[in-house]
Amino acid sequence: MTAVNPRNVLTHGLYPDSLKPGRAAAAAAEPIALQVEGLNLHYGEKQALRNISLTIPQKKVTAFIGPSGCGKSTLLRCFNRMNDLIDGCRVEGAIRLYGRNIFDADVDAAQLRRRIGMVFQKPNPFPKSIYENVAYGLRLAGVGKKRLLDETVEWALKGAALWDEVKDRLEDSALGLSGGQQQRLVIARAIAIQPEVILLDEPCSALDPIATLKIEELMTELKANYTIVIVTHNMQQAARVSDYTAFMYLGDLVEVGDTDQIFTKPSRKQTEDYITGRYG
Amino acid sequence: MDKPLISHHISRQFNAELEDVRQRVLAMGGLVEQQIADATRALVEGDGALGQEVSRADHKVNGFEVYIDEECSRILARRQPTASDLRLVVAVIKTITDLERIGDEADRIARMATDLAAQERIAASYVEIGHLSRHVQQMLRSALDAFARMDPEAALAVAREDASVDREYEALLRQCITYMMEDPRTIRHVMDLVWSVRALERIGDHARNIAEYVIYFVKGKDVRHISLDEMEREVKEEAR
Repeated sequence: MTAVNPRNVLTHGLYPDSLKPGRAAAAAAEPIALQVEGLNLHYGEKQALRNISLTIPQKKVTAFIGPSGCGKSTLLRCFNRMNDLIDGCRVEGAIRLYGRNIFDADVDAAQLRRRIGMVFQKPNPFPKSIYENVAYGLRLAGVGKKRLLDETVEWALKGAALWDEVKDRLEDSALGLSGGQQQRLVIARAIAIQPEVILLDEPCSALDPIATLKIEELMTELKANYTIVIVTHNMQQAARVSDYTAFMYLGDLVEVGDTDQIFTKPSRKQTEDYITGRYG
Repeated sequence: MDKPLISHHISRQFNAELEDVRQRVLAMGGLVEQQIADATRALVEGDGALGQEVSRADHKVNGFEVYIDEECSRILARRQPTASDLRLVVAVIKTITDLERIGDEADRIARMATDLAAQERIAASYVEIGHLSRHVQQMLRSALDAFARMDPEAALAVAREDASVDREYEALLRQCITYMMEDPRTIRHVMDLVWSVRALERIGDHARNIAEYVIYFVKGKDVRHISLDEMEREVKEEAR
């Protein structure tokens, strides 16, 4: 029988890249923003990350999922060296941002965090006006010109899909915004200094479903310009927003792949058990 | 990877829902098998009453389809199944469509049987039709067994069987043509038989489809529209 395999037809230019099967394999050819190499992390005696190696492609959303205590937030915090602040935390291995190891002695952590922004679980706006929250990072970076500040604040708030809701009350306190608005404000604050990577640690867990959808929509818009890494307990959220999904368990990276593949046909039984809600 | 398990979810209710759907698919399969067997017997033995009975029972098959479809939609909406659970639900939705079509083919045969029973019986390929029917019933049973046991190898065997059903179908067609050429007065009668033979052949195709869904469910691989050799490679390939 000489039946034509339709899946071969798919790979012959009839369909856009996004519809081609096996995008995970193609990931190797994508530009890489972050590369993790043999990363081990100990909190004192306790090992929290074991020999993690993976790549985070540029301008894609990569989601980390896994049960509590699996190390996903710890790994996320490694990306902008937030673990430096924790006593007894020891890191081995390398994380390369566009080829440069961020643990090198001459890398300035503050400078690094300007390139890799972070958004946390609970929105944490400063007790200042909406305007000042977004302008804060710029002022720190030495921007003083009013016109430039105005432009950037507007641009960042638009980028975070918040501008229309706050443009008439920029001088009001940020604490008067709803939780979802606060979280988008924090994202605006993060993108105002034009980082290359945005880390999101459970950004929607304190938000209602509609606010969550807005943040998710924002992520798909932001990935046109930024590399996004998200840690989430909400597996459906990972399935909805991410291009690649990594599953971690007890400090190990169990599986990483194309989100479509992870959620329809994971390779590892541990992944399958976790995403289908089974006990191992 | 091991065979997918329906059980072992943290949510026991979810286990129960999936198991319920699975059981109903098998029950629907059993009913459809019975419909084919009865329709064939009505045809071969010229039993018009039995033919009518089969036609009347078709609504039960349709009822199964509607119920299981609703149940699957509900699971999709409320449980957001992933991985093997998702593949099970997708495979079930597709399987019951094919089972319902098989039910329609059985009904078609039953209606022919009812018509023919009212006419004068002629010597034609009744024995061979009975044989073809048993052959496709066996295929369907094996496909449902493969589904019940989540056995891709057994499903592959079903897909292979389809070619032999097709050969039997062609041989039967030639026989029917010979009858009609020998005695054109039999044309009307034999044409009804031809439709029935065609219906049986279609049942074989549907059984093959069901076998393909089993492979999709267990292996996560879409094996429709590819050659048997490629299908075999996909089934034999070990998961990482």
